[in-house]
Amino acid sequence: MNLSLRPDRIKELTLLGLIALAVIIFGLVIDGYFSGRFFNRVSTSVVVVVILAAAQALVVISRNVDLSVGSIVGVAAYLTADFLQNNTGASPVVAVLIAVAVGAVLGAFNGLLVAYGGVPAIIVTLGTLALFRTLVSLYSGGENVTADALPDWVIELNASTIVSGGGFDLRTTFAVAIVVVLALQWILARLRWGRRLYAIGSNPDAAAQAGIPAKRLVLWSFMGSGALAGLAGFMFMVRVGTISATAGSGLELESVAAAVVGGVSILGGSGTVLGAFLGAVLIDTLRLSLVRVPQVSEFWRDAVLGVLVLASVIADGLLNRRLSRRVAERGAVNAAEPAGGTAGDTTPDGVQHPLAAREGSINA
Amino acid sequence: MRESQPESSPESLPESLRAWARSHRWETLLAGILVVTIVANSALSPHYLGVGNIVNLFWLSIEKIIVAVIMAFVIINGEIDLSVASVMGFSAAVLATLHDSTGVPFVLAIVIALAAGALAGLVQGLVVAKLKLPSLVVTLAGLIGFRGAARVLLEDRSIGEFPGWFDRLGQRALVGPFPLAIIIFLVGLLVAWFVLDRTAFGRKVYVVGNNAEAARYSGIAVERVKIQLFVMSGLASAFAGVLFAARLGSVRGSLAEFFELDIITMVLLGGVSIFGGSGTMLGVALAMFTVLNIRNGLGLANVDGIIQTGVVGLLLIGSVLAPNLVGKLQGRLPGWREPTTAADGARAIQSS
Repeated sequence: MNLSLRPDRIKELTLLGLIALAVIIFGLVIDGYFSGRFFNRVSTSVVVVVILAAAQALVVISRNVDLSVGSIVGVAAYLTADFLQNNTGASPVVAVLIAVAVGAVLGAFNGLLVAYGGVPAIIVTLGTLALFRTLVSLYSGGENVTADALPDWVIELNASTIVSGGGFDLRTTFAVAIVVVLALQWILARLRWGRRLYAIGSNPDAAAQAGIPAKRLVLWSFMGSGALAGLAGFMFMVRVGTISATAGSGLELESVAAAVVGGVSILGGSGTVLGAFLGAVLIDTLRLSLVRVPQVSEFWRDAVLGVLVLASVIADGLLNRRLSRRVAERGAVNAAEPAGGTAGDTTPDGVQHPLAAREGSINA
Repeated sequence: MRESQPESSPESLPESLRAWARSHRWETLLAGILVVTIVANSALSPHYLGVGNIVNLFWLSIEKIIVAVIMAFVIINGEIDLSVASVMGFSAAVLATLHDSTGVPFVLAIVIALAAGALAGLVQGLVVAKLKLPSLVVTLAGLIGFRGAARVLLEDRSIGEFPGWFDRLGQRALVGPFPLAIIIFLVGLLVAWFVLDRTAFGRKVYVVGNNAEAARYSGIAVERVKIQLFVMSGLASAFAGVLFAARLGSVRGSLAEFFELDIITMVLLGGVSIFGGSGTMLGVALAMFTVLNIRNGLGLANVDGIIQTGVVGLLLIGSVLAPNLVGKLQGRLPGWREPTTAADGARAIQSS
């Protein structure tokens, strides 16, 4: 095996291959499948989940989880839509800033409780999943914000296109999602801040001994996840138009599913934002394609999705086990070599072996 | 941490009571909250303490609390089952489909529906135990997949017209004012307490949840315990789904959707550690009664359901946060929940 092809890259290439395979198979089964229209449909519908999958990856990499993203989407979408219906002259930039700021504040609330309150992330965000939803319900008083109360640019933004050719449009919202994913991917892979998140997720005790300020970083990662969920809330408003107090419910599980299918380990320390993006695209491609297969009723979509999530987790588990065995064998031969040199298992720079991480947390 | 301690001698009651409270701080706290809730509720509404209201209070959430009893075992064992609500929907859908489109006798259909739930648990348990995959992810797939299976079976139909005895069993009182489901729940709760607190199997559940590796070295069949618990969880969910079908009188594909969050919240509020290895059935029972009484009281005071949910969410966070903050202020407080660092999170979901 070529060592330059790291496990994360392999995972991403596998996902790309799976997406290509799915597209080819569906292309053979469905007439007129390879059309610009279908690409446009997938690329507009996937935007919200792509941004949320990136948000989820950000916290899951540091061994946490954010189950409140769906509720944050609801709060941000509703508050922004409500602001816009009262200020129809407001610019899109102001609206985006409001949505992101709302999300960041809610994310900071989660982060403070997790990092400084010592409450496990799953408990905090299970609580705020309910709490944030309650806030938006109270604020809304049961009233919806309807699409026709919003400024015209909201509706236009959904269909606005940056470049287009042969019926394939690069929609503005999709382009924004791509930029977010690439920026986050770069931050996590190249900046010290990002590398440290992997270190925390991979082995918290070792990270603490190395002097990494884990609490501050975890707080920041939750703020980042909240801000991204706020942005997703804005995108949700753009796509759906009419916003009720239940906007975005259930998205938390979709985002976890996308990140997991995309190879982000729920145990922390491994996976990439690019993978989470591809996971979201794969899921949405399958969902929207299945609807167009005449033999498959729309009711099959969730059943197939469940099997897909399970299959990808099993495949990931088997692949990881094989890789760690290989690393262990190589480590036995090459015991003197520092861990960073034999990166073969978890993170791009091989912060820790997952088995080591597991032992660490048991001893803790 | 907060497991049962040896009984103290009953020389002086207040003294032994205080000793019990010291070793069961969590349960004591919950009992305090419960008493405050009950006093406040009965002051607020004259109807609150009526038998009708108390039966109603249990009955409206009976399916959730039945599943929560088994969920406590699963979480103490260091795992989690997110698929419970979907398995409820799936089993009810199996029952409704068999009733609607085959000539299978209804009792046999119930048995098949229960078996389907147990099978759903078995499959997930096998994947978790044999392939060593995190149960959070495996049962997330189950949550999506079994809900999907329910939709495949029922599409957008609603199936009802069950036999009269089935509807009556779900909707009318059986013994005195109590419907069948409440009697089964109360008996089940006692059995669950006994199994968890007094049997070898219960000890194994704790030991595996504390440290699966150590449990394996000490000769416990870790995989078997995990698989048994997932089968129990599937079976209990199927049972709750069938009961829910009887109570509602009809089944849709969306039956019990999103129940999993309420169920898990009650267990965690009961003092069961999300990292496994600790928690008591008494705590879980107190948490259930507290949540039900708070919701009921708020309902009697005409507070919206969504605000009730928010209050429960706040209670969940506060119940873990408050002891941590007190512990930090006082340096250390033995017996409280150990303050956990944020990065510890994964132990919750680690399947090792």
